[in-house]
Amino acid sequence: MSDAHAAVAHQHQFDSAEQQKDAATLGMWAFIAQEILFFGGLFVTYIVYRFTYPQAFHDGSHHLDITLGTINTAVLIGSSLTMALAVHAAQTSKKNNLVFFLVATLGLGSTFLGIKAIEYSHKFHEHHVPGLSFDGPPNMELFFSLYFAMTGLHAVHMIIGAAIIIVLIFQAQRGTYHSAYYTPVELFGLYWHFVDIIWIFLFPLLYLIGRH
Amino acid sequence: MEAAAAGTNYLNNGYGVTSWLLTKDHKRIAILYLISITVMFLLGSLFAVGIRVELLTPQGDFVGADTYNKLFTMHGVVMVFFFLIPSIPAVLGNFLVPMMIGARDLAFPRINLASWYIYVFGAAFSMYAMLAGGVDTGWTFYTPYSSASSNTNVIPMALGIFITGFSSILTGLNFIVTIHTMRAPGLTWFRLPLFIWAHYATSLIMILGTPVIAITILLVALERGLGIGIFDPALGGDPILFQHLFWFYSHPAVYIMILPAMGVTSEVIACFSRKRIFGYGFVAISSLAIAIFGFLVWGHHMFVSGQSVYAALVFSVLSFSVAIPSAVKVFNWTATLYKGSISFEAPMLYAMGFIGLFTIGGLTGLFLSSLGLDVHVHDTYFVVAHFHYIMVGGAIMGYQGGLHFWWPKMFGKMYPEGPARIAAALVFIGFNLTFFPQFVVGYLGMPRRYHAYPDEFQVLNVLSTAGASILALGYLLPAFYLLWSLKYGKDAGPNPWRATGLEWQTASPPPTENFESTPFVDEDAYEYGAREAHVV
Repeated sequence: MSDAHAAVAHQHQFDSAEQQKDAATLGMWAFIAQEILFFGGLFVTYIVYRFTYPQAFHDGSHHLDITLGTINTAVLIGSSLTMALAVHAAQTSKKNNLVFFLVATLGLGSTFLGIKAIEYSHKFHEHHVPGLSFDGPPNMELFFSLYFAMTGLHAVHMIIGAAIIIVLIFQAQRGTYHSAYYTPVELFGLYWHFVDIIWIFLFPLLYLIGRH
Repeated sequence: MEAAAAGTNYLNNGYGVTSWLLTKDHKRIAILYLISITVMFLLGSLFAVGIRVELLTPQGDFVGADTYNKLFTMHGVVMVFFFLIPSIPAVLGNFLVPMMIGARDLAFPRINLASWYIYVFGAAFSMYAMLAGGVDTGWTFYTPYSSASSNTNVIPMALGIFITGFSSILTGLNFIVTIHTMRAPGLTWFRLPLFIWAHYATSLIMILGTPVIAITILLVALERGLGIGIFDPALGGDPILFQHLFWFYSHPAVYIMILPAMGVTSEVIACFSRKRIFGYGFVAISSLAIAIFGFLVWGHHMFVSGQSVYAALVFSVLSFSVAIPSAVKVFNWTATLYKGSISFEAPMLYAMGFIGLFTIGGLTGLFLSSLGLDVHVHDTYFVVAHFHYIMVGGAIMGYQGGLHFWWPKMFGKMYPEGPARIAAALVFIGFNLTFFPQFVVGYLGMPRRYHAYPDEFQVLNVLSTAGASILALGYLLPAFYLLWSLKYGKDAGPNPWRATGLEWQTASPPPTENFESTPFVDEDAYEYGAREAHVV
């Protein structure tokens, strides 16, 4: 497809590019539905133990670095903005903007992961890592087990996302995406926003509730 | 009628190993799944043989208690996660969903192939766990035994189940998207075959249930590996929470097994009664109702686990309500038979067997969802008999029936009818002889998962083992004549059953693209009356 305005190619099982796009979009929404249930198991576990051990969870959240957590929240929301702008750039065939905003999203996502790594290393120094080195009141270990499980699973999703952005950047550079074909960029945007929203729930649950 | 002999079909379109291992054709992937799950079924059956041989005598003389624990654990894990859950969806569903809706393939062929590799990868982990010495936790992996006490290979087995779960999720995702977006022109939702409705409902459960067991089993592995205490009461964790999360998936998982078998039964009953299915709309919607109710009843596994009595009350009522859509199906199948032109080919024998055994399994389920009665029969052989009536009498009968019904379509050859009827009869007789005595011995108080038992239970256990031998013959026989038929079977032609449905309107075996041109649908499903002698 050298001509961007010609009919967009579609895979053999589809009748039209439009059908292919509908299928891909529904597929991503279904995938996000299963992701919600995947994280849901952890959220349910969190809720149960929050009510079982309110004091331990209260104390645990005081050991988290609220400054770094807040900065990270801002960084991640910023990356969602650049991602939305990247989708817009793809829809309007602005190749340079698309590449710029994808690189920006990758940069912000990496910043988030870097800050998260700093937070994790603090936890090692403070002996707040369940299973490996833990030193604290009873049941606070449960709080930190969930902290690592939830933010860890979130970080895994960020890392997978970052790997996909790198592929998208190369494709965008080659001019793969334009106003007639931008489904992968748009659907990756859905995924990225979903990962962002997970953090929007994690941040108050882990860092904020119980603080004055 | 298209010439089946001429032209290429999906089987002769490339013979190399890579043409199979890198195929994106849903039909070839179905065959890959067929081979893999058959291997796993054989493995799971071997463990069952060990169990039944041990239970021939009251003493633990064939294997010791530890080995017995491993046998029933690995029987359960292999049969549930590596055979029953993928059985009908991944083999028959993969083959038929695109064909029944007039599509050339599933929406995401590469994801479909990936799902098979994920299945094999997960199965490899579980094989490793078995070869390294096995697992003894029971297929339910209850904590803290699985996470803190058991000294067997829980982590590789848990990872195997975790990985295989994603193959199930991806299959469900593919089906949902395909059914939504790729139906042939004119094929509206209420013209879809009931097999498709059943797979749609199944896929919903796969997508919404499987991730929960995935994260739960991952937490168990983490807990075991790192010594953190999410479900370990000694470290502040709650083992009841594990049971909630486990059954949130594992109860709906039963519907992953039974719904597709119900879909097969609807197709077969309509075809061999030569009638439109009675109450099509009700049967279609009842599949969705079962999927939805199925998510709200998990607590009935925990009536004696220490959950709140009020929660138990609600779970009991909701469990009873699953009987409504289930009965809707059974009555509608029966009404379809009424005044039909019935013939008893092998698939029909399996379908009739399914109705009878599913009904017994379902009705004994009502015993178990009664709060008081469950206290008496909980964790006895009554429960074992009940769920084998659903999983073996229901799901495997459906799978066997479907395999015979669509065998001519898959391979273009007829299986031999005589041996097939004998096998169906052997399965029915052997099954009932195996599991009916277990209702009795369970009601008398024999607990499940013990390798030794009091002398007075021996007669019933010997009957059960004798039945299992007959059942084994019933399962082995098709392995021989189905393979035989690949070479010596009669050519099937496109539509040997004179059945409705798009899959019968193309050659057998079908061409790689399924249809020569996209079919157009202008009639409802199961228009048997209109198509034949204009009698209803």
